[in-house]
Amino acid sequence: MTESAASFTRPKAAGFDRLYTFHGGLKLPGHREITAARPILSAGVPATLVLPLQQHIGQPAESLVQPGDTVYKGQLIARQVGTISATLHASSSGTVIAVEDRPVPHPSGLLAPCIIIKTDGLDRCLEQTDAAADYSHMDRGELCDRIRDAGIVGLGGAGFPTQVKLGRSERRLELLLINAAECEPYIACDNGLLQERAAEVIEGVRILQQVLLPDDCIIAIEDGMTAAEEALRSALAAGNETGIRVTRVPEIYPTGGERQLIKVLTGREVPSQGFPADIGIICQNVGTTAAIYDALVKRQPLLSRIVTVTGDGIAQPQNFETLIGTPVSHLVACAGGYTQDVERLLIGGPMMGYAVADDDIPVTKTLNCILAVSHGEMPAPPPAQPCIRCGKCTAVCPADLLPQQLYWYAHSSNLDAAQDYNLFDCIECGCCANVCPSHIPLVQYYRHAKMEIWAREKQKNSSDHARQRHEARLSRLDRIKQERAERMARKKQALSSDGGSSDMKKAAIDAALERVKRKKEQAGTPPKNVDNLTPEQQQLIAAADERRQHKNESD
Amino acid sequence: MLTALIALGFLAALIGLVLGYAAIRFHVDSDPVVEQIDALLPQTQCGQCTYAGCRPYAEAIAAGEADINQCPPGGDATINALADLLGRDPKPLNPEHGVHSAKTVVIIDEQLCIGCTLCIQACPVDAIVGAAKQMHTVIRSECTGCDLCIPPCPVECIYVVPLQPTINNWVWPMPAEPLTAEARHD
Repeated sequence: MTESAASFTRPKAAGFDRLYTFHGGLKLPGHREITAARPILSAGVPATLVLPLQQHIGQPAESLVQPGDTVYKGQLIARQVGTISATLHASSSGTVIAVEDRPVPHPSGLLAPCIIIKTDGLDRCLEQTDAAADYSHMDRGELCDRIRDAGIVGLGGAGFPTQVKLGRSERRLELLLINAAECEPYIACDNGLLQERAAEVIEGVRILQQVLLPDDCIIAIEDGMTAAEEALRSALAAGNETGIRVTRVPEIYPTGGERQLIKVLTGREVPSQGFPADIGIICQNVGTTAAIYDALVKRQPLLSRIVTVTGDGIAQPQNFETLIGTPVSHLVACAGGYTQDVERLLIGGPMMGYAVADDDIPVTKTLNCILAVSHGEMPAPPPAQPCIRCGKCTAVCPADLLPQQLYWYAHSSNLDAAQDYNLFDCIECGCCANVCPSHIPLVQYYRHAKMEIWAREKQKNSSDHARQRHEARLSRLDRIKQERAERMARKKQALSSDGGSSDMKKAAIDAALERVKRKKEQAGTPPKNVDNLTPEQQQLIAAADERRQHKNESD
Repeated sequence: MLTALIALGFLAALIGLVLGYAAIRFHVDSDPVVEQIDALLPQTQCGQCTYAGCRPYAEAIAAGEADINQCPPGGDATINALADLLGRDPKPLNPEHGVHSAKTVVIIDEQLCIGCTLCIQACPVDAIVGAAKQMHTVIRSECTGCDLCIPPCPVECIYVVPLQPTINNWVWPMPAEPLTAEARHD
């Protein structure tokens, strides 16, 4: 806290001008030259779109469409559930053919609920009703609502709903950081985006500035991104923009990690288990910024993203403007298909990506790279050997952790100890596994340990819930039993108290009879059906009256 | 001498008062160890441990009447946690009580259900809804997989189904063991 308190008093002009370094990191060959130099192509409209309901962190969206429904481009097809969730829109027009489980880009290879649209190729849009609306007059809440309604999530890879991130900062924001430091080898989608749409990115940054009102704003790019930097600088000059700065950061993996980038630019560290907002910084991916531009200026929700399709296993590596839901197989076909050498297909880059068995999976909002590698460029790691405690992993860890200890504890399932060694500060960058001379898949151990901890936590919560329900049931059964016993006791008491008060009871009955009798007399109810009586009947009545009279007198 | 005696006597009386007050003020009705043990048990309330539920089993462990390896749904994880809490050595699950298996839930075949309510009465967590002569059904998210509803069903319309893994509850598998020196030599 002392550090962040001190930062308030730091004069603004002196802040964020020099670069700092973070611990560890690796200098990796970039492999981006081919894709970054080529223009972004459109992947077109595929025959079917598969849109997973969960493409973000948080609760899955809830489908609003049925099989057979006609949908238009940009139509809302799934709404958000809860606060941390995101909406989903049809990325092209067509007919919904199913809402069912399909394979999705996930390391497990499991199925997840998806909306499947058979496209009609017409790309028909809904008519826009408020196309003229100008964002410059909107306040923060309205801007956030529009960003939410456009289904925008962090496009850098994590997929955290953007409006939640924007709405969260309550303290004064010192720095808005636009992350274009694409540090992982092969991935060049942000690079391509900046080269071709720099002006739109800057407009998007202006919108973010309007939402967040930061003191300072930096777009961070990597040293090697010369063309992108030129495009950015000329767009800034053309727009006469002085509130946004472009800063080059060194090409060290993983400089593009949120925490590492903040460290490099400000020298500050995001607290363990905390958020950058805790130290007055918000970091947004540059692709997210372009999506915000689309949402507020073009009035178009998040329908597409740029995907790098690359590797020696791809005939024509290229960046593609891809509709969300496009099958990976379609995208690979657009890039000329696979070469003879293809060995493995990875989603994401070589460091943090995961291998998939099949290309029958859709592009999601967070999918930035499809990497088809040949045996030569990325051989499968040899079998792991025992840890020799060389300490190389510790030297390269950008989060300043002790990967060896973490491995030890994760391996022996000593999860509490792993947490004590700050397992959850691991960003899974893969530096440690990359340098490990024993080829131990360290990151997989950490991922296993993290997920195991989450699973145990979930289990604990559900068993607590079951205990509550069980206890509620027991107390209900108890209450019912007790109530029944009380009822029985009351009845018994009523029965047993009968003998003592029989006189009182008789008196009460007599009083009631008396009341009825008096009422009858007062009312003087005339006898019915006494018209048109025969003389015999009259005689009988008279005789009865006389008997009654006689009886009353004798009483 | 006398001063010392008076001082000590006074101190004894004072401390006695404080302790006496604390014993009343901070009195706990239940045994905290039972709570701690109960918190580690899976709360399926299945009774495989031979006790009527998780809490009675926790009480039996605390009283030293039951061993810590009688809970099949909890498996080794629960045994290890109990051993850790009670400072005992972990031991394998006692096979007399059953075997540890992945979590399951039950479903009711609604075509066959006659609405007898026997399963509702058996369910320890009120996870079955229905009424007399009306179809019953299981609230899947509340079912603990204790299987206590299966024996009372007169028409055998309740089945056990395993919980399918989804991308939300999937756990990254532990990588293969590193090769040992002997294995490499071979």
